[in-house]
Amino acid sequence: MMRAFHMLVARDTRLAIRVGGGAGMAVFFFLTVVSIVPLGIGPNLKLLASIAPGMLWVALLLSALLTLDRLFQADYEDGSLDLLMTGALPLEFVAAAKAFSHWLTTGLPLVVAAPLLGLLLNLDTEDFGPLVLAMLVGTPALSFLGGIGAALTVSIRRGGLLASLLVIPFYIPVLIFGVGAAGGGGVSAVPGAGGQSLLLLGAVSLVSLVLGPVASAAALRANLR
Amino acid sequence: MTAMSDLTASQRLQAFANPARFMALSDRLLPACAVVTCLLLAAGLYLSLFVSPADYQQGETVRIMYIHVPSAWLAMFGYMVMAGASAVALVFRHPLADIAAKSAAPIGAAFTFLALVTGSLWGRPMWGTWWVWDARLTSMLILFFLYLGYMALWATIEEPVRAGRAAAVLALVGSINVPIIHYSVVWWNTLHQPASVFRIDGPAIASSMLMPLGVMALGFTLFFVTLLLVRMRAEIFRRRVRVLRLARTER
Repeated sequence: MMRAFHMLVARDTRLAIRVGGGAGMAVFFFLTVVSIVPLGIGPNLKLLASIAPGMLWVALLLSALLTLDRLFQADYEDGSLDLLMTGALPLEFVAAAKAFSHWLTTGLPLVVAAPLLGLLLNLDTEDFGPLVLAMLVGTPALSFLGGIGAALTVSIRRGGLLASLLVIPFYIPVLIFGVGAAGGGGVSAVPGAGGQSLLLLGAVSLVSLVLGPVASAAALRANLR
Repeated sequence: MTAMSDLTASQRLQAFANPARFMALSDRLLPACAVVTCLLLAAGLYLSLFVSPADYQQGETVRIMYIHVPSAWLAMFGYMVMAGASAVALVFRHPLADIAAKSAAPIGAAFTFLALVTGSLWGRPMWGTWWVWDARLTSMLILFFLYLGYMALWATIEEPVRAGRAAAVLALVGSINVPIIHYSVVWWNTLHQPASVFRIDGPAIASSMLMPLGVMALGFTLFFVTLLLVRMRAEIFRRRVRVLRLARTER
């Protein structure tokens, strides 16, 4: 069973990398969103530095949302999802494998790009560590919770927008704890809050690791009766 | 009809699954519900608008609370009804639970909206602003988004059974997430806002205010039940029409 799981992860990752419009697109979107922020707010470096962690997280969230429809849509359209459903691997594991490879090809590149984009927003260099750590801990939750939205809307044509609407409320805890752990939002007023945020972010991620695949599988079954 | 006492619990549940029986039962219940709701709301409005005293700090604006607090309760109650019905629909494939969950959503959303609007109207004179990013306001707003997402999912998937299953999954995931979201918002709020919003909650609510509030809450709850019955009946009729239409086009 683990072999099937690994095979599926490898297949999805390879597909995401080789087929156009995958990981690179999300990073590019991330870059454009971050670079239009100063255009909207003004080039005040001090202001930019203070909003940088929050803006980076919001932009990361949006980029992750943008790629959600890739999660199940293509497999649904060409019928391989039906095959996966009838296969020996439980659907929960299929959903988990797909979410994991989504994280590998979307979450991880975004996290790698985040410090570079932090430079654009004049983020303090000593905040880079906490920010990257928080994003590493938080981004799996984005993929696994996002999987639920993608699975719910798999049978709807152009379901990407609806999936985003459904998923954004679930992303709110990730955003709040993520920004807290990254050192944004006046955390300095409360000593030790960053560490607590990081722990809570980890908890949210772990919960989503369980909740995501189970709910995605239920949603897929509902859609593919 | 066999005596209800002879049946097991699950059989009794199944007995109510028959939409025809539900229609007959709700047909008898509905007028009674409507009348009691009207009486309770009239009594509650009279008590809260004329009998209860004005607050010595908040003045007459305190009367908004008699609408606001029951609305906020029902906003959460509506979600509980929706999630509970979704669980029953998903586990037992109970056909009425599906309909109940779908019918509860717009009512709950309306009460959430009402709570937000009345809160905003109250906040203008009391806090000096229409909106503050207070923890409760924010989590109510997110609850409103959850309702809207649920309704949007129902609206986009055409086939009722498939839409029902998907929406039930969403409602259940939401019900697990609501406490997490609420807690995270409270946490966020304590980080961002150092007690700029003063809360006027006295040691306890005076009984002269508790009485109208209780009547209003009861009236609102019955109002919810009445609306739910009406909407469920409408939904059953809608599905019958749909089946008839499909049958006609096939002919």
